[in-house]
Amino acid sequence: MKFSDFVCFEAIIGELQASSRNGAIAELVSALDKAGRLGKGNCEKITKAVIKRENEASTGMGKGIAVPHVQHGVVKDVVAAIGQSSAGIDFSSLDKQLVYSVILLISPADNPDRHLQAMESVFGHLQHDKFRKFLRQSQTAEEIADLLREVDENPSLE
Amino acid sequence: MRAEQDSLKKTVCETEIEIKNADGLHMRPAMQFVDAANQFDCDITVSNDKNSVDGKSIMQMSMLAATCGSRLKIKAEGSDAQEAVSVLRQLVEEKKFDKPEPGNKKQKAKRVDE
Repeated sequence: MKFSDFVCFEAIIGELQASSRNGAIAELVSALDKAGRLGKGNCEKITKAVIKRENEASTGMGKGIAVPHVQHGVVKDVVAAIGQSSAGIDFSSLDKQLVYSVILLISPADNPDRHLQAMESVFGHLQHDKFRKFLRQSQTAEEIADLLREVDENPSLE
Repeated sequence: MRAEQDSLKKTVCETEIEIKNADGLHMRPAMQFVDAANQFDCDITVSNDKNSVDGKSIMQMSMLAATCGSRLKIKAEGSDAQEAVSVLRQLVEEKKFDKPEPGNKKQKAKRVDE
């Protein structure tokens, strides 16, 4: 899967206002909601579901990355929002370091394979030091969107 | 499963496993796998038909995104290779990450940490 297949480009945030884990999740869910990707009136419900999942086991995978996610019936297909924090956010990550790039994934409840395909794409890119560095250096939503389009078109870039 | 001793007495052990839990190797099962792998000294490589990754790296294991029914090859190299492969095979195929199999979704997933 390409980033453009599941990342909602209107829900990319160059600098998150939130400084807390829950705040960042709420901000990203709200961005998806504003982009019309979650159906009507589901914003709060999804935020709570993502936080609940995050409380069960941190998705802070280390190296400054967190991938909070939930499978939920309000979406028909997997959709992602991306936010950056220059100050860093505490996600109780595996390596105990702060998180600078947050990728929020909402996947359909009845299609686990689709969720896995999005994960494959996200982690396929994130494991490259160069991609993580470029992502972290991107300061605006436009720069992040450009980076995603670039690796979609030219995966060898990494 | 087969084990060989080479001239440096390094044990190499390989096996093929099938993902049996309905949700596949998503992040939490991947973390369980990595936690189990990290208890061993040997190097552990996990492969599908596209990629070979470090079985001790959560980011790399997540990238495999193995769906239910897919098969992975586990290769361990080092003194405790045989035990590592046996424990990992058990986690994936017998314990199935303590997760439901297809058609048995109501079973509550157990906590995976600790």
